[in-house]
Amino acid sequence: MIELKLNGLNVKAEEGWTLLETARFYGLEIPTLCYNEGLSVFGGCRLCLVEIGEGPKARLVSSCTYPAEEGLVVRTDTKRVIEARRMMIELMVSIAPNSKKIQDLASKFNVTQVRFKVRNEECVLCGLCVRMCAEQMDGRAIGFQNRGYKKKISTPFDLRSEECRQCGGCIYICPVCQLRCQGPEADTTLCNACLTMDPTCLDHYDELQCWMYDAGRCGTCVREK
Amino acid sequence: MDAVITTVQSTLTRHQNEKRALIAILQDIQAEYNFLPREALEFVAKSLGVPLIDVIGVATFYRAFSLKPRGRHLVTVCLGTACHVRGGPKILSEFVKKLAISPGDTTKDKHFTLETVACLGCCAIGPVVVVDGNYYAHTTIRKVDSIVRKYAKKRVKK
Repeated sequence: MIELKLNGLNVKAEEGWTLLETARFYGLEIPTLCYNEGLSVFGGCRLCLVEIGEGPKARLVSSCTYPAEEGLVVRTDTKRVIEARRMMIELMVSIAPNSKKIQDLASKFNVTQVRFKVRNEECVLCGLCVRMCAEQMDGRAIGFQNRGYKKKISTPFDLRSEECRQCGGCIYICPVCQLRCQGPEADTTLCNACLTMDPTCLDHYDELQCWMYDAGRCGTCVREK
Repeated sequence: MDAVITTVQSTLTRHQNEKRALIAILQDIQAEYNFLPREALEFVAKSLGVPLIDVIGVATFYRAFSLKPRGRHLVTVCLGTACHVRGGPKILSEFVKKLAISPGDTTKDKHFTLETVACLGCCAIGPVVVVDGNYYAHTTIRKVDSIVRKYAKKRVKK
C-alpha cells in the first residue's frame, strides 16, 4: 500500500493506482472528459488537474496519468486547480459549444464567459473515439492526422476505411456529437441552463472548506449567494 | 501502379520489413517520388503489419512528408517572426504572383512547389528563402525574379 496525503487526509492507495483512481476511491469527484475506465489514459483534456507538492514547488499534474506515490501531497480543489479547469472548459466551449457534456461542465464549474473566438468545430481532440476504435473494437479505422492547429481525427485519406465495421463505438463515446445542447445561441455561446454551482468559499479561502463540492452536492453556501 | 509496388517492395526489403524503420522507409519513398503515393502507403502498412491509419498519422505529422505530389523544385519561404517583420509575407506574395500558385500548391507543369515555414533558425540572414536546400539570405522582392529564373525550366534550343 502507498500512503499519501489527499486534501489533508492520510489515505492509502494500491500499487499501480493513479491519483484519479485514488481520489475517486475516496469519493472525490474529479471532473474528466477524455478519461474512460475501459480505455487507456490519454491526459489530453486537462480537466482532472490536481496540485501536488507544497509551497513554491507545487505544480499541476493530470491526475489520470500521475501514479500514486509514497508521501505525495495532493490537493484536488485549490484555487489554482479550479481556475485551470475553468480555463480548459472555457477553451473547450469555444471549440464545441453544441456539446451537452461540455456545457454541463461549464455550468457546474461556473464558467460564465467565453473570451475566445467560437469555432464550432465539433471536435475537441479528446481521442476517445480513436482509443475506443483501437482498444475496444479492435478496429483502427480512425486516428489522429496532421499536427498542431491542423490536427484532426479522420480515416485514411478521409475515405470510408476498410477496417471500419460501422459499429458506431466512436459516436457512442464521443462527448461532442452524441448529446447535443440546444441552449447556446449565436450571441451567447454559453448555455448555463441545466445547473449552476459555485463554491462561494473560494472567494474567502484558497481551498474548498468541505468535501461536499467533490461529491457533487455543494449546497447552502452557494444558494445563499 | 505496379511500378510503385515494386519500388516500395525493394525499399522494404532494404529495411528488412522492420516496423521500427517506418520513418526511414517513408523517407526513401519520399525521396524516390517527391511525395508519398497512396498505393505505396497502403502497401507499406500491409507489409509491415502496421495499421494504415498509423502510417498516415506518421506521414501527416512530419513536414518532410507530403501526400500531395510535389514539383521538381521546392521553394520554401520563411514566415517566422524575424523574417515576418523584415518582409517575409511580401516576398511570399511576390512568389505567389510569379508562380501563380498559392502556398502549399504545385505549378501545373509540376516544376515548382511553394511552401511556407515558421522558422528555419537562421534569423540573422532573414528574410530567408530556401530552394532545394539552397539558402537565399536577405531576400528582397527584386531578388525573387532571379531566384525563380535560376530554377525555371531550361528552354530547349531549337
